[in-house]
Amino acid sequence: MTSSVAPPTSDLTAPPGGLAARLEVAGVGDRIYTTVITGFAASIPLLLVFIAVAVGVAAWPALHQFGFSFLTSSTWDPVHGIFGAAPALYGTLVSSILALIIATPLAIGVAIYLSEFAPAWLRQPVSFLVDLLAAVPSVVYGLWGIFVLIPLLRDYVVPFFKDTLRLGSTPLFSGPSYGPSMLAAGIILAIMVLPYISAVSREVLLAVPRAQREAALALGATRWETIWGAVLPYARSGIIGGVILGLGRALGETMAVTMVIGNRHEISASLLAPGYTMASLIANQFTEATGDLHLSALMAVGFTLFVLTLIVNALARWLVWRVSRGPMP
Amino acid sequence: MTMPVPEPIRETSHRPPPPRVTINADVVRTQPAASSSPDQSEASGLVASATVVPKNGNAVPTLAAKGLHAYFGSHPAVRDVSVDFRDREVTAIIGPSGCGKSTLLRCLNRMHETLPATRVEGAVLFRGTDIYAREVNPIALRRHVGMVFQRPTPFPTMSIRDNVAAGLRVRDGGEPPRAQTDAIVERALRRTALWDEVKDRLKQSAVTLSGGQQQRLCVARALATEPAVLLLDEPTASLDPLSTQKIEELVYELRSEVTLIIVTHNMQQAARVSDRTAFLLAGELVEISPTSELFTAPSDPRTEAYITGRFG
Amino acid sequence: MTVAPPRPVPPRRREHPSISQRAYAERTVKTLTRRKVVNSVMVGLTWVAAVLATLPLLFILFYLLKKGATSLTPAFFTQMPKPIGESGGGMANAIIGTMILVGIATCIGLPIGIGAGLYLAEHKGTKLATIVRFLSDVLNGLPSIVMGIFAWQFIVRPMGHFSAIAGGIALGAMMIPMVTRTTEEMVRLVPTSLREAALALGYTRWRTSLVIVLRTAAAGIVTGALVAIARIAGETAPLFFTALGNQFSSTSLNEPIAALPLQIFHYAISPYDSAHALAWAGAVVLIGLVLIVSIAARFATRARFGNAAD
Repeated sequence: MTSSVAPPTSDLTAPPGGLAARLEVAGVGDRIYTTVITGFAASIPLLLVFIAVAVGVAAWPALHQFGFSFLTSSTWDPVHGIFGAAPALYGTLVSSILALIIATPLAIGVAIYLSEFAPAWLRQPVSFLVDLLAAVPSVVYGLWGIFVLIPLLRDYVVPFFKDTLRLGSTPLFSGPSYGPSMLAAGIILAIMVLPYISAVSREVLLAVPRAQREAALALGATRWETIWGAVLPYARSGIIGGVILGLGRALGETMAVTMVIGNRHEISASLLAPGYTMASLIANQFTEATGDLHLSALMAVGFTLFVLTLIVNALARWLVWRVSRGPMP
Repeated sequence: MTMPVPEPIRETSHRPPPPRVTINADVVRTQPAASSSPDQSEASGLVASATVVPKNGNAVPTLAAKGLHAYFGSHPAVRDVSVDFRDREVTAIIGPSGCGKSTLLRCLNRMHETLPATRVEGAVLFRGTDIYAREVNPIALRRHVGMVFQRPTPFPTMSIRDNVAAGLRVRDGGEPPRAQTDAIVERALRRTALWDEVKDRLKQSAVTLSGGQQQRLCVARALATEPAVLLLDEPTASLDPLSTQKIEELVYELRSEVTLIIVTHNMQQAARVSDRTAFLLAGELVEISPTSELFTAPSDPRTEAYITGRFG
Repeated sequence: MTVAPPRPVPPRRREHPSISQRAYAERTVKTLTRRKVVNSVMVGLTWVAAVLATLPLLFILFYLLKKGATSLTPAFFTQMPKPIGESGGGMANAIIGTMILVGIATCIGLPIGIGAGLYLAEHKGTKLATIVRFLSDVLNGLPSIVMGIFAWQFIVRPMGHFSAIAGGIALGAMMIPMVTRTTEEMVRLVPTSLREAALALGYTRWRTSLVIVLRTAAAGIVTGALVAIARIAGETAPLFFTALGNQFSSTSLNEPIAALPLQIFHYAISPYDSAHALAWAGAVVLIGLVLIVSIAARFATRARFGNAAD
């Protein structure tokens, strides 16, 4: 680089060199880069639109034919071409709610434990182990469910509920217990959903400012009273968001559920009876679908599932966003 | 006085060592001889000869701001600043926190516009050419005008040698052949008095160096491309006193080869190293004079108020 | 605003001060004891919750190893499945199939995910960034079976047959939002001062992003990518609609292909014990993969960035 008295202006504008250098001066590299990454980013909303279109188009024939009764009718008759998905919808909701009932107190309990009471050396290992539950593949849960959980339920737990606790006459526990059941599905879903609720709750609890806790303690509250009265209310919407997130996961879980729920197209009040969920219905019948209407009916179930989980997930994310750290969780 | 855009609070983690020159006392330093020596012998032969124009003479100043305005959104951080930065001198820019010194500095190598919602009006002449002209490419400019930042920022995934050579990779024609690069790296490290300390571990990661060494590494990195001007934005703010002293000595020595502009919130530092000092207040250039004059007999009452510690 | 000085409040008169004072004290002590008991009980309950939450994983892992270890012979990895009902055989085709599917998915998901993550980190205030971030999270929570339907409708149906490429695309689409978010987080961790230093040296923006920033964040990005890979390797549902599974060893992208989780599923629901044994072994392999990646990921990010609140 010369430092002569009158520097050529061109020194700053067009450096000598080949095409590459001149392109760089023109800012071409930057423009290409920005276009590419913007395109990649835009592919995500695009993907969602494509998914919606794909599922909607596939579902249209059945939806068009059956209309709203698709969701209210229980008749599933491939032979005569009548399809009603109410039992699947019922099963999805029941199994998911059951999972939430079991998992939520546990998850919040773990989250409170980890954020408040756990000794420092125990925090990382325990949170790691709980988070690892989310990494286990669904089919592995299903495998375990078939060969461990169901026999366990059948041989120990159900007799306990039915006979020892005398709940056998209640609608929830009536009927014979063959093995695969709504209860099994609910329990497995609870295990699968626990890490999600717990992770979100933990993050939200940790985000509560120390000042809140200290103010309560300074007033003479016990540890528990501090948590119940000062910390949890502050973190409430975030935790609810976490629970709804868990719900979203439970609604769509396919493999583990289809392996333990029995795949029976029936609405039953008893938790011990087999049933269906929307996801397991699709998975179970897809490879043996007879005819286009049958296929389309399955896709219509898929569409319902898609819309449901979309709403639930969007709601969950919005709630979590609002609380934990603003727009960047 | 309008509220300036607050610059991030810079903590001085050290007490400055007693200044070699005390403010309000006579400056003992003399201005060095006029022109610098031509060519220092290079192994690479890439560095060209220095100018032969006498220094304080009527040369085109290397860098000059003319009616410079800089905005963050609608807020003006630099207001109508016109100042010459003379060739191969050290010019210090001082002023209270938030007065726009860093912004002014960043306008000189077109770094201000890399932030969102910023705007620059006016002109900055680099050897007579307005760097804000449409046809000027900021990338090319930054290879002539180097910058050292407040916090040392070695590239963590690169070795010491690669760090110093990083600027060479993006020059026209690409990186020079290995032997030449090694020679350039060695020269840059020698100029920053780092060579002896690192010559045995050039391949190690740059983050293994201490803070002061890292900052000197950053100076070496900037020098490797042989810029005509070196901008330093509070380079010793995060360093310990010993490293600060080394950097100050470095700055003082470099002025025989490079034009240096240093922003500092430490008046004693300005008094130690600079030939001329500019005082900025709320984005306006209040005064620029030879350092000794500014600190002993400032012409503006605001300058006097600042250097005697009545505010800032 | 002036505030009048507080007036002294005359003490309340109590009748029989000694008796009501004692009663008051007793009540206070009783309440305090009750509160303490409640506190201990609730704290204890959270301990119980912690134990109950960590138990299932350990239980499952233990059982998996117990049942699957014996079938994890070298034959498992190298042999093809035997005809139904015969014992022995292996899952070689499924393992290869999973690797192929994951390979295709990575080729799609990784570049797009990293690119989108870079966009989110560098243009974080824009409207598109907010939308993309939100939708990424939503996509992450969608049932994987829906992804399968999507690939079925847009790829399998037009092609007329099931194929490995369809499965790879479905899995790749699942990978995109996962990789996007982890990349964004990692790139955000690179300090802006590093970017500025590069710009001041004369690096162009794209060079700064790709050479300096990406390199600095590389370890974290790779970790995130590995975690995403481990997740999709275990996905079964989308494969029903795309790859379908294959009895035989196939490496053609245009044909149905076996996959480990799919094979595990079929073996698990079959009535033969020999199949069950293979299913357990396959599950061990799958969960081993997941565990290794998760543990490595945990160590990598923790060591690099200190104890992040989690």
